[in-house]
Order: sequence, then C-alpha cells, then structure tokens
Amino acid sequence: MSAHMNLTLKVWRQKNDKSKGQFVTIQANDIADDMSFLEMLDIVNDDLTRKGEDPIYFDHDCREGICGMCSLVINGRPHGPKYGITTCQLHMRSFHDGQTIVIEPWRAAAFPVLKDLAVDRTAFDRIQQAGGYVNVNTGGVQDANNILIPKRIADEAFESATCIGCGACVAACKNASAMLFVSAKISQFALLPQGQTERYERAQAMVDQMDAEGFGNCTNTGACEAECPKGIKLTNIARMNREYLTAKFFREEDIHN
Amino acid sequence: MSSKSKPVLSSSIGKKLIMSLTGLFLCTFLVIHLIGNLQLFKCDDGYAFNNYAYFMTHFTPIKVVSYLLYASIIIHAVYAIVLSMNNKKARPVGYKQYNGQANSKWNSRNMGILGTIILVFLATHLQNFWWKYHNDQVPYVEYHKDLSTGTVTTHELQAADFTEYSVITENGVEITRARDLYKQVDFAFQNICLVALYVIAMAALAFHLIHGFGSAFQTLGFNHKKYVPIIRFLGIWIFGIVIPVAFALMPLYFYFIK
Repeated sequence: MSAHMNLTLKVWRQKNDKSKGQFVTIQANDIADDMSFLEMLDIVNDDLTRKGEDPIYFDHDCREGICGMCSLVINGRPHGPKYGITTCQLHMRSFHDGQTIVIEPWRAAAFPVLKDLAVDRTAFDRIQQAGGYVNVNTGGVQDANNILIPKRIADEAFESATCIGCGACVAACKNASAMLFVSAKISQFALLPQGQTERYERAQAMVDQMDAEGFGNCTNTGACEAECPKGIKLTNIARMNREYLTAKFFREEDIHN
Repeated sequence: MSSKSKPVLSSSIGKKLIMSLTGLFLCTFLVIHLIGNLQLFKCDDGYAFNNYAYFMTHFTPIKVVSYLLYASIIIHAVYAIVLSMNNKKARPVGYKQYNGQANSKWNSRNMGILGTIILVFLATHLQNFWWKYHNDQVPYVEYHKDLSTGTVTTHELQAADFTEYSVITENGVEITRARDLYKQVDFAFQNICLVALYVIAMAALAFHLIHGFGSAFQTLGFNHKKYVPIIRFLGIWIFGIVIPVAFALMPLYFYFIK
C-alpha cells in the first residue's frame, strides 16, 4: 500500500522563448509516494488537459536515468533533493504531504527557455561537434582489444564517458559554468589511445566553443560534482585545464573547422 | 580548413590561470610578510622591526618584487571583476529558490565578497603604514647598542635631528637612527575600530584562502591523488588558520597587552 499526498507546486510557466514567464501555483492531489517525479507531473498534466488548460511542458525521454533529457531544478536543486540520480529517478517518497515544491527550468544564458520547464541545450551539441569525437579509419573493422589499454585507464575514461549531458552541472553552478560537462567529454578521449590524434586540438576547440556559447567561469565550488547524477568528478576539470594549458603553452596547434 | 584557436588570455581558462598565478604569488608574500612581522612581538622597542622595515624598503630585489606584488593585487582584483561580470551574464535570470549549501561551501560561493573585504582592508593597511612610512609621517628613533654587552637602549629623536637612516659606531656603541614604524604600529592599534577591522579582515582572508589556495592548484590542472591532500592541508591549516590567526594577533597584542 502506498501513501498518498497532496502537494502545492510552484511551476515556472513560459509560453515560448520570447515571452516573459512567471510562477504559477498548481495543486497536485492524491499523489502516490511510489510515483516518480515525472509521473507526478503526468498526473498533473492529465488534470490540466481535462480542464482544457495547457499542460506543463517538460523534457523527458527514457525515464531510467540514462538519456539525459530530464532536467528541472526542484526546490533549488538540479534533479531534486537526492544525490546521484536524475529527475526521472526521483520518487515522490522524497517529499511529504502538504509540501510546497518549487519547480524551475535550468537557468543559464546558454540554455534559453523554450517553453515552461524545457530549455534549449543545443549549446552542448555544438561543443561536442567542435571536438568531442575521434577520427577512425575506413575499411574493415579492427578486432576488439587490438589496442592495449590498462584497466585503470579504461575505467577512468569510462567514468568520464558516463556523462549524459543533462546540464545539471550548469544548473547547479552559481556561475552557470559548463566546465564539468566539457571536461568529461575532453577527458574520455584524452585518456584513451584512440583520442590522441586530436588531443590538443580538441581541448582548444571545445573550450573555445564553450566560451562562445556564453557559459560562465568555473570557481571550483564543487556544486557541479555534488549535483551530477552520474558522479562526474572535479578531477576532469583539472585534466581539462591541463590539456588546454599544455596545448596553449607547449603545443599550440591549429584547429580544424 | 584550419584556423587558430582563440588567444589563451581571452579564454575562460586563461583568465582563471591569471587568478590562480597572482593568487598563489600573493600567498607566498603572506608567508614572508608574516615571518618578518613576527618581529613586532619582540620586546626590543622595535629595534629589530625598524631595521627590517628599512631593509625591506631599500633592498633592490625586494623593491622589484614589491612592484610585482602591487601589480598582482591589482590584476587579481581586476580579473575577479571581469570574471564575475561574465558569470553574472551567464545567468541573467536567477532561481527563485537556490539551495547552495546542499552542494557547496559558503566561502567558495562568496569569494568576491571576501575579496572585497580584503581589498578594503589592504587600502586601509597601506594608508596606515606603507603610506606614512614612505611620506615621513612616522616618528623617529635612535637606538644605542652597546657592542660589548649587546644591550639596546632607546632614545627619542626629534624630526629636526633626523636626516636619513644611519648606523654609526662610536666608542663601542652602535647608534642606529631610523624611522620608528614600530611606534606607528603601536599608535595605530590603540584604535579599537582599526583593531576590529584588522581582525574581521583576517577572518575574511582565512575563508578566502581555505577555498582559494586549493582552488588555484585545481585551475593549474594539478590534481594528484597523493599530493592533493597535502595541498588541502596547507590550504586549510597553514593559509586558512595559522597565517590569518598570527596576523590577527598583532593588533590584539598591541591593543590588549602592549
């Protein structure tokens, strides 16, 4: 038997990217505590739709914490009050009956609000396109494990690669800095032999793009690491700084675009 | 097509590098400044301290470093303003609710406020001592050191009798004439408001460095499993506690004990 609760939601409503938004108070009644946060919003939206109102627009896709689509700043924290999970993995048992929940979109100049709680995160795509890839040979596929990689290095690269690009790091950062995301993407290739070809070019190109998108500057508060649903570490940012500064001072390279 | 990447100093990481390097340079200065100023605690009427003050203001390599120091303070502050303005621009619409303490330390989020307190303190501090020392607004003193016994006696010196710092030996007595910065320190720290400002500023410095020292190494890309704990230890215990507390003891010593 699950307990049921009534909640007061203060939700950011914004018609489109041009209009001014505002907080709207919406009642969410009879919410089961084993629902996920997004299922709760589904129920609320059903209600709104039945009443002929515009449902709350929010991003979501896989609903199992791997796609990086869901966002939402819940009571002042990206992905809600728990650590190491995305909004879709957050259960209503983390809240209590009668609670007021403030739901806001990611806030950053580089993430403009599209509608209600959904923001445009294509800035991340453009950073990836600037250098977050490796060149591969054409022709037959190489046998697996042809290139030897120590387990330790493979694990570290894998940990960086678990970044799902949700943008919680930007949302949590008081400076709206994207350095945790960018550093994870730089690290996963910098660590591996396959990533060496474009290693220094990549660091420069991705940092340039990050700056061009208008993200803030990291002040090492560690908020990103604490709020990251995938546990991406600050060591990635140190590595990015190292890669970038090495490129600049010891290996100045052209970047291809 | 190939092109050049943006110049390093126009990038976010380049600007952070400037903050890091100037910040660490200022940290090394703190160590030297503290060691020298510990002579204020000597009960010799400022004999050692006033000689030290003369040395620090007239030894050429030290003078060169001091200009680097003034430049570092200005650059650190200017870049802090530039970066903060960029950061403000990066989030034009703020959160209605922002739970910062759930994911980060208070001091790491308020380095600008702490830095501003330190900057105000620095202006006052330089005006009190640096400016007065360089513009002949401090008293003068004459020390007689008996070279056979080593005892030092202090004599007041009128402004009319003072021309330049000098050390003369006459009949086994070393006579030192100097600007009495020690007396100026003693005089300044009889003002409770100034003592309070100094203590508050040192508290701000402590919190600034507890975050700043380690943060500077992170910006440089230094992140090593074995050595980062050492840096964290130095940042908290030496730069965050020992140095600010020792500095704060100076005004307290003159106000309450001297």
